[in-house]
This record gives sequence, structure tokens and C-alpha cells, in this order.
Amino acid sequence: MISNRLERCIYHNVMLFLAFMATVFTVFIVVFIIGYVLIRAIPHVSWELLSTKPSYINETIGLLPDILNTVYIVFATLVFVLPLGVGAAVYLSEYAKNIKVKRTIEYAIESLAGIPSIIYGLVGMLIFCQYMSLKTSLLAGALTLTIMNLPTIIRTTQESLDSVPISYREGAFGLGANKWYTIRTVVLPCCIDGIVTGCILAVGRMLGESAALLFTAGFAHKLNGFIDALSSSGSTMTVALYVYAKEQGRFDVAFVIAAIMLLMSLMINYTAGYLSKRIQRKRLVK
Amino acid sequence: MNSLISVRNFNLYYGDNHALHNINMDIMEHEITALIGPSGCGKSTFLRCLNRMNDLIENVRLDGSIVYKGQELVNSKVNVSALRKSVGMVFQKPNPFAMSIYDNIAYGPRIHGVKNRSALDEIVESSLKKAAIFDEVKDRLKSSALGLSGGQQQRLCIARALAVEPEVLLMDEPTSALDPISTGKIEELTCELKKKYSIVIVTHNMQQALRISDKTAFFLLGDLVEMDSTDNIFTKPKDKRCEDYVTGRFG
Repeated sequence: MISNRLERCIYHNVMLFLAFMATVFTVFIVVFIIGYVLIRAIPHVSWELLSTKPSYINETIGLLPDILNTVYIVFATLVFVLPLGVGAAVYLSEYAKNIKVKRTIEYAIESLAGIPSIIYGLVGMLIFCQYMSLKTSLLAGALTLTIMNLPTIIRTTQESLDSVPISYREGAFGLGANKWYTIRTVVLPCCIDGIVTGCILAVGRMLGESAALLFTAGFAHKLNGFIDALSSSGSTMTVALYVYAKEQGRFDVAFVIAAIMLLMSLMINYTAGYLSKRIQRKRLVK
Repeated sequence: MNSLISVRNFNLYYGDNHALHNINMDIMEHEITALIGPSGCGKSTFLRCLNRMNDLIENVRLDGSIVYKGQELVNSKVNVSALRKSVGMVFQKPNPFAMSIYDNIAYGPRIHGVKNRSALDEIVESSLKKAAIFDEVKDRLKSSALGLSGGQQQRLCIARALAVEPEVLLMDEPTSALDPISTGKIEELTCELKKKYSIVIVTHNMQQALRISDKTAFFLLGDLVEMDSTDNIFTKPKDKRCEDYVTGRFG
């Protein structure tokens, strides 16, 4: 009996130790990666690097075009993906009557989310760049990212649409509102937080995307205005990271980009977490 | 008094389930008609047929006739928006929209095309007064309606329904989620409102039916068992089942 208890005690402590070590290991990796990137990046960060374009004459490197391209592509993608995603979600959640068709479409959307991004790149290149003759351009990249991020926007919008109480809709119908008016004035305003959270998650994914953009948006480091940039090739930060590290051996520049991306993703995670917490609190109040 | 809504041989089916059997009823102007009966007896379903809220549910089949002001409501091409403007509804759980008190009340008039700011102001004030809640909220019309108490929210919903100037008010257990004091306020308000409106109220609370209604209809398992003046239903019901129910022997 006593040995049995002792055995269990030892077993418990060993398992506890292993679980603790697994946690320590995970934390260590995170801290190591962030620390390593920052240590390699900080000595090379300079205002000049962040605010100029690369020059072959002066043999300098600047990241401004890549930063701007990233901003452009995120903005352009949102312009396409928001109406499409929210529209599809509204249709699926509010209008689609045939359950079988609805399930099939939702299954297709789920599957879309699971496709490796390089496949989007390949298909995007053939369809947008070649068939639609957009060439290798930020616009082609943005369209590819639009398709990639549709599932995120659709799913988060649907989730928040489904969480709007049926009694809100009944209240509006009971006053004589038709369906679209009800959705526009009562249902969608309740979903704004959910849609914003979806957008932030999608922006995180856009910032981190490289494989699909290698194929579709190209590598150029030219400084362009928004409209010109859309029709010309341009590298985003992740693609620039790849090019500088792999093709030019400029690891110092690559690490500076990595540090910027890390900070951005931390910020995005924090914002998404903050917003979803606020949404939950709001639901509780209801 | 005139019959405002007359229901003849009305049947309702949810798929294969025959939920309402051959209902015949006249709802009079400026009276409170109470629908009582145990849960699942079809009284809420019936109530929702009076302003076509059942349109929202699939697989519902109707036959028979419900005539409201000369207009056939069953299986007809009624202008549903206009019908619901004229036959308003208050729901079981207070359901103010997640917007300001003002916008909640102005919501209905805006649907029906009232855009003028001062006209809206007037409607909001008079509706809140009719629902006896104006004094409690007049200083915070711009703040969220969700901050009100349950009883206030329900009176706000009544005000919202009144803002589109209905003739009939359908109330689906309007006090079942409220405490006795709020319930008292709503009951008093209901009695006040019957001077201008005709009211049909579904209630599980027989004392409430007794306190406020002029006519009472007793539903059981989809049948309208008995309908009479409230006094008769509660003192000398003709049907044994009705007697058992109102005296508390089952239900």
C-alpha cells in the first residue's frame, strides 16, 4: 500500500517535471528567436535604411519601397476582401436556405483556408498575371491575397452574425422592416467588432505571406506611388527578406526586416486579443 | 363594438405536425384579449399569425382565414411591412436594439420614411410618454438602450412599437422576464393603452389575464377550447378542461 502511494507520488512529480520542462523549452525558443533577431538587427538599424530606396550608384540599401509596398498590398487586399467576404458571409448566414448547398459552400471555404500558400501563388500567377495580363504586379499579389484571406473574413463575419440574437431581427421585422434593412441597420452594426478582428487576423496573414507573393507581386525595390505601385512589380517585406538573405547574402538587412516584422506581428496579436476580449465583455453585458 | 380581426376555420401545420386546429375567434376593438393555456398549446404561434411573423419560419402551412380590416392575411399577398406597422408586436424578452434610446424609438418611423428631425423628436417623445417611460429616460435619450433595466427595456420596446402608430398591439408574454413591480407597471400601461389600441396578449400568468383582460381564450394542444369574457372564463367556464386549468388543477 505504502509503496503504491510512493510510486504514485514519484509518477506525479516526474510528469509534473516533464510538463514544466516542456513549457520552459517553449518559452526558451520564443525568447531565443526574438532575442536573436533583435540582437542581430539592432546594430544595423538606421534611419537611412528605413527611409530610403536602394541605390546601385551609391551602393546603399534602403527598405522604404518594401515597407510601402507592404502597406499598399495590405490596403489593396482589404479593399477587395472586405466587401467580398462580408457579402458572402451575409448571404450564407442570412439568406442561403438550402442547407446542403450551404454546407457544401462552407466546406469549400474551410478547405480554401487549408491550401498551402505556394499553390495560391502558382494559380494566382497563371490566372492574374498571365491570363488576366496583370503581369507581375502588386495588384496581382493583392488579388491572390484576397482569395487566400477570404475564408478568414467569411468565417469571423459569420460567427459574429450568428451571435446576434434572433430577438433583434424579430424586433426589426415586427416594426415592418424588410430583411436587408434589418441586416444593414440592426445586425451588421452588432458585428463590426467581429469583422474588425477578422481583418486584423487577415492583415497578420498578409504581412507574413511570402510564397504566394514571390510568384505574383515580384521582387522590385522601386519607390512608387500607390497607383503606380499597383501596376508594377514590387517586393513586400517578407519577399525582400528572402531576396536580401538568399540572393544577396545581406543578412544584416534581412535581420532588420525580420525585427520589423516581429514587432508588427506582436502588435497585431495584441490588438486582436484586446479586441476579442472587449467583444466578449460586451456580449456578457447583453 | 366591432370585430377587428376575425379568424375562421384557421389551421396551421409545422411540416406534418398539425399545430393549430380549426380556430374561430373574433378580436374586438379597444379590448384586451388574453390568450392562455399551457406551454406548447399554440397560443404564441397563433399570435404570430396575426402579423405574419410566422413567415420567418420555414415549413409552415396555413389554411382557413384571418381577416383584418377587410384584408385576408392567410396565404395572401399582403404588404407585410404595412401590416406589421398596423399590427405591432412586443416580445417575451425585452429586445431593444444595441443603439441609443432615441434611435430605438425612431427606428420604426425611419423604416416607414419619416426623416424630418423635428417630426422624429416629436414621435420619440410622445411614444415614450405613451409607454410611461419618458420621465425616466428623458435626460439620456442618446445613451444606449442596453443600459436600462429589464422593465424599462420592455416599456421601451412598447414605446418602439407605438412609434409606428399601430392599431393592434400583440404582446407575447411581455412580463414573463420581469419582476413583480415592473410587471405591475406594464399591466397598468396595458390597461391605459386599450383606450387607443386593441391588444392581444399571450400570458402564462392567469392572475394577469384576470387583472387586465376583457376576453380570455383558453388554448389546449392546438385547440381553442373556450373563449368568453374574462369573468365568465374564470368564474363559470363551460368546458371541464378550462375549469381545471384556471382553477390550477393542471397546467
